[in-house]
Amino acid sequence: MERHVGNDRWTWTAIFLHWVIATLIIAGFALGEYMGDLAVSPMKLKLYSYHKWLGVTVFALTIIRLAWRAFHAPPLFPAGMPSWERLAAKAAHALLYALIFMIPLAGWLGSSAHGFQTVYLGVIPIPDLLAKNKELSDILEEIHEQLNHALLLIVIAHIGAAMKHHFIDKDDILRRMMGIKGQQK
Amino acid sequence: MKKLVALVLTTLIFIPGALFSAPVVKDKSSIGFAARQMGVPVAGSFKRFDADVRFDPKDAGKGSASITIYMDEVDAGSDDGTIEIKRKPWFDVKGHPKAEFVSTSLKELGPGRYEVAGKMTIKGRTRGVVAPVTVKKEGGLWLFEGAFAINRLDFSIGEGPWANTGTVDDKVEVRFRFLLPATDKK
Ligand code: HEM
Repeated sequence: MERHVGNDRWTWTAIFLHWVIATLIIAGFALGEYMGDLAVSPMKLKLYSYHKWLGVTVFALTIIRLAWRAFHAPPLFPAGMPSWERLAAKAAHALLYALIFMIPLAGWLGSSAHGFQTVYLGVIPIPDLLAKNKELSDILEEIHEQLNHALLLIVIAHIGAAMKHHFIDKDDILRRMMGIKGQQK
Repeated sequence: MKKLVALVLTTLIFIPGALFSAPVVKDKSSIGFAARQMGVPVAGSFKRFDADVRFDPKDAGKGSASITIYMDEVDAGSDDGTIEIKRKPWFDVKGHPKAEFVSTSLKELGPGRYEVAGKMTIKGRTRGVVAPVTVKKEGGLWLFEGAFAINRLDFSIGEGPWANTGTVDDKVEVRFRFLLPATDKK
């Protein structure tokens, strides 16, 4: 069997989605940090729109990713991995998924409350769930920002863990997320 | 002297139409606008304006409207937007504190439907505009409602980098709603 998915390999779809979503999140994060302090200009309006479109894209891709995951079980952890590490990895991944969902939601709701509808790619209007409301928009935008700070911390830990697996434990965790054939067994 | 002339002129203009001429009921009337940036609709409004409307349903052709908008009290739909839109590239409210509309004709199109044409001056630029208006009685008042589109660049609204319509559309819809006391003396 070539496609022995579910024990030690990720499907190409899962690998593709992981890296596309990771790239979009890093771009959206950097954009979000950069655009806020700009003086109002056409460029600022464009960057805000791009940032929102990135968020909507991440949200949609993550739904697809989780749906895919429901039918394609992730590979098992390496045999020698301590149970606390397994637990930490599972918790971190669950938290990452939760944040990937909540951050775009808070951004979209905050934008609605601010009085700006989100129009995906400038053509597909996403309905406003909330009416314009200054206090609520301040709160939601603060939540959006704080969740992003939490995400940053967890992503740093996540990358750190990937590096530890690769360079210290010398296992296949990083390799298998890149679709490179395992070295052990 | 200037004041006297103005007074005489105002009297001349408004007395003949005194029957149906009146300043609009301010807290019920509104002038709004809808623009689009990056595909996102943005609604704003002018909080302070004077509007005199003359209207006689029996002799529509004699109707007229003259509107003065105080640009400093514009609301662009968000705090940032409101600050920005008052600046020089947009409305330049310091240089051009007022915008004006003076009608030149009112045509009846059908029952309760009219078309008003006039001259619109924003930021010192004057352009002709035509707008459909519906008129009906509402709670003892005359309700005038209509909307028309302008191209913001015709009035140099959004200069420099803002003149690029890829970010903010050229087309802006203006919506008005005026209520005036129905001084029925039939
Ligand atoms: C350079 C950056 C990154 C590296 C090196 C990396 C590496 C990895 C690796 C090796 C795995 C597989 C774990 C396993 O096989 O059990 C993984 C899973 C995962 N990564 Fe990343 N990642 C990066 C960035 C991100 C970012 C930015 C996010 C999202 C904010 C993210 C979210 C996830 C999630 C949610 C999983 C769990 C997948 C699942 O169980 O379905 N990663 N990552």
